Amino acid sequence: MNWSLSLPEIVLAVCGMGILLFGVVKRDDKTDICSMLTIAALVLCAVLVVGNSTGVAFEGQFVGDPISVFAKLLILTASAFAILLSLDFNRRAHIARFEFPVLVLFATLGMMMMVSAGNMMSLYLGLELQSLSIYVLAAFARDDLRSAEAGLKYFVLGALASGLLLYGISLVYGFSGSMDFQGIARALADPSTASPGVIVGIVFVIAGLAFKVAAVPFHMWTPDVYEGAPTPVTAFLGTAPKVAAVVLFARVMMGPFGHALGQWQMLIEIVSIASMLLGALAAIGQSNIKRLMAYSSIGHMGYVLIGIACGNAAGFRGVLVYLVVYVFMNLGAFAVILAMRRRGLAVETISDLAGLGRNDPALALAMTIFMFSMAGIPPLSGFFGKLYIFLAAVQSGLWALAVIGVLTSVVGAFYYLRIIKVMYFDEPAPAFDRRAPSISVAAAMTGLFTTFFFVLPGPVLNAAAAAAKVLFG
Amino acid sequence: MMNQAGFPLLSLITWLPLVGGAIILSLRGDEDVVATNARWAALWTSLIVFALSLLLWSEFDTSESGFQFVESVRWLPEFGVGYRMGVDGISVLFVLLSTLLTPICILASWDAVRKNVREYMIVFLVLETMMVGTFCALDFVVFYMFFEGVLIPMYLIIGIWGGPRRVYSAFKFFLYTLAGSVLMLLALLAMWYTAGTADITVLLRTQFPTNMQYWLFLAFLASFAVKVPMWPVHTWLPDAHVEAPTAGSVILAGVLLKMGAYGFLRFSLPMLPQASAYFAPLIFALSVVAVIYTSLVALAQTDMKKLIAYSSVAHMAAVTIGIFTFNSEGIGGALFQMLSHGIVSGALFLCVGVIYDRMHTREIARYGGLAERMPAYALTFMVFTLASVGLPGTSGFVGEILVIFGSFKVNFWLALLGGSGMILGACYMLYLYRRVVFGRLTRADLQSILDLSPREVALFAPLIVVTLWMGVYPRNFTHFFDASVNALVVQHRAAVEGQSRFTARSPAPLAERASISVAQSVVR
Repeated sequence: MNWSLSLPEIVLAVCGMGILLFGVVKRDDKTDICSMLTIAALVLCAVLVVGNSTGVAFEGQFVGDPISVFAKLLILTASAFAILLSLDFNRRAHIARFEFPVLVLFATLGMMMMVSAGNMMSLYLGLELQSLSIYVLAAFARDDLRSAEAGLKYFVLGALASGLLLYGISLVYGFSGSMDFQGIARALADPSTASPGVIVGIVFVIAGLAFKVAAVPFHMWTPDVYEGAPTPVTAFLGTAPKVAAVVLFARVMMGPFGHALGQWQMLIEIVSIASMLLGALAAIGQSNIKRLMAYSSIGHMGYVLIGIACGNAAGFRGVLVYLVVYVFMNLGAFAVILAMRRRGLAVETISDLAGLGRNDPALALAMTIFMFSMAGIPPLSGFFGKLYIFLAAVQSGLWALAVIGVLTSVVGAFYYLRIIKVMYFDEPAPAFDRRAPSISVAAAMTGLFTTFFFVLPGPVLNAAAAAAKVLFG
Repeated sequence: MMNQAGFPLLSLITWLPLVGGAIILSLRGDEDVVATNARWAALWTSLIVFALSLLLWSEFDTSESGFQFVESVRWLPEFGVGYRMGVDGISVLFVLLSTLLTPICILASWDAVRKNVREYMIVFLVLETMMVGTFCALDFVVFYMFFEGVLIPMYLIIGIWGGPRRVYSAFKFFLYTLAGSVLMLLALLAMWYTAGTADITVLLRTQFPTNMQYWLFLAFLASFAVKVPMWPVHTWLPDAHVEAPTAGSVILAGVLLKMGAYGFLRFSLPMLPQASAYFAPLIFALSVVAVIYTSLVALAQTDMKKLIAYSSVAHMAAVTIGIFTFNSEGIGGALFQMLSHGIVSGALFLCVGVIYDRMHTREIARYGGLAERMPAYALTFMVFTLASVGLPGTSGFVGEILVIFGSFKVNFWLALLGGSGMILGACYMLYLYRRVVFGRLTRADLQSILDLSPREVALFAPLIVVTLWMGVYPRNFTHFFDASVNALVVQHRAAVEGQSRFTARSPAPLAERASISVAQSVVR
């Protein structure tokens, strides 16, 4: 038993319980200490992830390979940033409790399990650990009606999706005779002999996972949850779980179900097109910036799904690169949203940003960078995400996806530009409160990454290519 | 990597403005002091860049048709994507045009821009980087980055420092151009994947399947037609020009429009020869419509900037006609016309800016009789009006006549209709000049209008010199691109003939057969 492969997860779990104990035992205010400890635990875990060897453990349940390393590092980074962003907000919203970082930590643990899953069982366990923690987080501002509603809504729909996923898994197990990814792959090696039952199972699995990445038509919860949840939770929700779910999605589709590409490719294409269209069109009418970010994330998931629909190494690599740039620009945008605060109250409408270019040029510049990047304008990092996705689509001959993708990105550019327009072209609104140093740090770091990604994209691209090699020899 | 200059000259020219921008960004202190320092820093940066680009002028080997000053650094680790820079005869003068117009624009904004001066200067320097980079890039991905990156600073310039309808115009400009260029991105990706490299020098020698070429051509056309702009996708241009600040208009007309035509010359023609030949009648038709239609529209304008904007569309239509004649007169004429138009239309927008700064209106009817109070201005305006009309002795004449000459070789009616732009141009430009400068000075508020200030003289002097120089002794400019254009024409003809050798029933005429053998010997 090669348990040392899962050493980072074990360490993280132990740290989580330790921090929980510390928080319960210690009497006075200790949220900041717990948050810092959690960030330290995440950093430690990242170091362990990098240093760990690769292989298979626990009878194939747990896989450590370049894919999981790539995804884990990204997830840990996103989680750490999310905690950093929460510090100031939670204190001012009077929801600063030590459970917050601990829940983020356990959600992160679940995500790390997800991306390391080598078996349907561990996949489901990881997914549920992650989901349960996030249901609680979404309702973390328990005195706030919207937050409670968001938590409940997310929970009910999430439970439904888990049910679909489980049903799909049971069908796949029943008809292929295996829970193990490799076993399923062997059973599906000749798709012509594969039973229709497996295909039905795959459809259900896709439905369950599409819910987790919030792809159309399983996106209904996204705008409400994004809007209702406390903003740091939204920042977390929009980044780390997306990475985990997408990597899991891609691994499952291209790994165990890879031989049945012909059966599911069309389905993913449709979901992808629908997501891109809805993300681009529905966001235009939004006035709340968190809802806008929700629709924007639906659109971004549409682009990611193009990569999955390709079903080859180029597509997988495109997905990973897209996730990296997506996480950083999203975290940055949420850092700016968290800084939107007047006389102690958080404000969330787009028109509240009016005149930010005059009142706070640095913050406006950061937001401009994130918005142009999300619109995919070079030389910002968002362009490279799209570049590799579309390159994969062109290589795979998925012209419809590529053409619709670039055209929706033009429509999407409209609403990103609208935010820039409000910041610079409109008459100034009253200035925001002084922003917290933690937010400035987060916005600066993500902004620098987004701007200067083009200078040295090699490491990320190489790592993504190495990860894609795992599935495609 | 070594080149004539012995150091990465093109990268220096491209990125130095950004360094200047960073310096301006770090300025601190009182608002007025910062504004003054930002102006001077931007001016000096752009002047140094211009001085460096003069090195290009002197070191450029005009007998060589290939790329020069080539730099190459590994960048994206696959499919041979690299940071490659280089210029050939087609692009080198555009680099100079960009670096010449930028200091002039900064000088033109000296007093006109009072709001957010520091940001304005930074954005302008970023714009210069993007412009120069577009013309120097020798790699698809690098090219696309610069080409599309131009949108960011231009959007901000129109949107922040523009006129009353600036938001509408900025959005229209951005979305029109973006919609075109994303389709080009797909074409670039397809070519990148097919050829296995994004190196433009390699792609220039790559033969793409003819069926594929048609689609690629249409995708490129979507992008470049918007940028040029060709009728019927030109509608963003008048809006953008009217709302942009003077310097923004100058850059827009002077350099940004040239990017589309440059794209045709760099990508469509040499990389997709069969498709270019196939679609040439379409381009001719669109261009002829543009020449006649937009000239008539220009005649009816009451806003000076709008009039010049429509005249730009007409002039650029002549450029596209010249490019798709596929002979060295036409293409050389198109290139010359682009350079000339870059200087002349930029200068015309500056002329409008001069009186706009004084009277804050661009209504033609609000002026009249300016010659009485502003003799120097009247003279300046006249030089550029006549250059725009294409009077012999000015730069406008050389380009127009070469294009007409080249199009005669293709088709008589094309030459006739395309050449009608010169007559119509004379109509609307002289009509404009008469209404603004001649006649009686009746309006009371014009009585006290001041003539050109020394700063404005400094703006116009170099432009007048270049305009006349190009008109009187064009060889100084044409010999830069003669070799490259001839190589392009020979290569294009060889590619088209080479393909039709298998399908054509009649043997090629003697002259063309001779050029095939030339081309083949070049290929060997």
